[in-house]
Amino acid sequence: MSVLIYADTINGKVKKSSLEAIHYGSKVASLLGTNAVALVVNSSDNLAELGKYGATKVLKITNDKLNSFDPQLLTAAIAQAANSAGAKVVVFAHDSTGKSLASRLSARSKAGLVSGATSLPNLDGGNFTVRKNVFSGKAYADVNILTDEKIISLMPNSFPVVATDATAEVADFSADLSGINSTLVVKEVNRASASGVAPLPEAELVVSAGRGMKGPENWGMIEDLAKVLGATTACSRPVADIGWRPHHEHVGQTGIAIRPNLYIAIGISGAIQHLAGVNQSKVIVVINKDPEAPFFKAADYGVVGDAFEVVPKLIEAFKTLKANN
Amino acid sequence: MKILVCISKVPDTTTKISFIDNDTKFNEDKVQFIVNPYDEWYALVRALEITEKQGGTVTIINVGPADNDQIIRKALAIGANDAVRIDGNSNESFYVATQIAEYAKTQGYNIVMTGKETIDYNGAEVGGMIAELMGVPYISHASTLDVEGGKATLKRSIEGGYETVEVTGTFVVSCQKGMAEARIPNMRGIMAARTKPLTVVAPVNAAQLTSVKTFTLPPAKAAVKMVSPDNMTELVNLLHTEAKVI
Repeated sequence: MSVLIYADTINGKVKKSSLEAIHYGSKVASLLGTNAVALVVNSSDNLAELGKYGATKVLKITNDKLNSFDPQLLTAAIAQAANSAGAKVVVFAHDSTGKSLASRLSARSKAGLVSGATSLPNLDGGNFTVRKNVFSGKAYADVNILTDEKIISLMPNSFPVVATDATAEVADFSADLSGINSTLVVKEVNRASASGVAPLPEAELVVSAGRGMKGPENWGMIEDLAKVLGATTACSRPVADIGWRPHHEHVGQTGIAIRPNLYIAIGISGAIQHLAGVNQSKVIVVINKDPEAPFFKAADYGVVGDAFEVVPKLIEAFKTLKANN
Repeated sequence: MKILVCISKVPDTTTKISFIDNDTKFNEDKVQFIVNPYDEWYALVRALEITEKQGGTVTIINVGPADNDQIIRKALAIGANDAVRIDGNSNESFYVATQIAEYAKTQGYNIVMTGKETIDYNGAEVGGMIAELMGVPYISHASTLDVEGGKATLKRSIEGGYETVEVTGTFVVSCQKGMAEARIPNMRGIMAARTKPLTVVAPVNAAQLTSVKTFTLPPAKAAVKMVSPDNMTELVNLLHTEAKVI
């Protein structure tokens, strides 16, 4: 028996959301009295280090067919690894790859899936109940997985990693993909690589701005603020729609849903569709010159004021804090 | 070109959420139901654009009881040739996916389209499950889809960017913003929708994999703490010492 965690990589390096999944998987394994096994594909990283996050063993697949992301092939490989490791639970990060894989594996193995989980399983009364957000963050559901094999995809930023000094044993695993004829070909991968800044779904600190900024030429101070904090920039829907900011920055119902520790919203009124994408943030700061902006109702801290005056002061205050610490 | 568009019935975005039966069931009383926005705005409209340009048919499929006919007719009013309702009564993704996959297998569709997720259960599960059950590729979170000479090209969102993929043969795609612009049904569409074929199909068996034990509403948010725009040092201190997020 084991808990298997699929650890996804970017350029061979394990993603932060997958490190969280490994740590989460190791906690699930302790609850079940078993071990956590991480599965990594085509990585040249020092995988023994995944022991730091709680994996006792790492299965490493090296296979040219898995060089680009093909969920059909990868799901088959994961199913074989899960089988070989005797996995009772398979954990994914609920990100762009995990969403494709967890659902496929669930249908393939007829194993119950909780997607976007935000808690460890509760095993009371012989159940296996996992909490997730529903209704776009307006409620939680505690979902009981009824099948013997279970699948969980973990919401990024909901389970902070704690690293230790442990190392994991690394073993090669060979997946047989000969029976599958996939017609999918990845032609291009285009990832904006602002150096050292976390991609939005993984970001712990997010600085976001909206139409209140009046034009794309005014984004300099938003970027400066993000830089001082080491935060990722985001924007509201209208701003992405007019083309002031790239679409991959758009957070909200039709954009990306995020749950950072800190979300600073500048010049965003806070329509319900925007809130649906950010209401899981741990702390929300709203800066808006309209005291009636609906966003203040969802905020932890509010500032009524003109962004063009407030933001430079905020940057200075953060700089002072940094200098004193 | 034969396209199947999967639609889900969901409560309107602005619905106040509450639960009944000891918090085990969503309270549908006075709730306005709509076609899941991603299914309607992106999947359905893009399917119509493709078939308007190169010919073909668009079929709408929904899994649910007879009450759902109302939202199926609404989708038919936007376009589509016909609709199928699988007469099942479960919200579970695996159940829904099994019904759609079993039906789709017999009909020879080129593309099966869904929205990126539903706005009620937010699972993003059904598309991948259908693809696995049909044994075909799945492209999730696609923001473009173009078909030419039997080959489809799609842009799929990934963290901080996108991937361009090509696929031949039948595939399943989940659609998000960028695919198409929402269409408002016109009077002719609404009239035509009344008489478009809506076939009701009996469900097949599917194992139950999960069950919702309870729903909980989040605790009420504490009142916002207002900080003077002239005192950003105070805001930073609060974030540092009180909220402890920086």
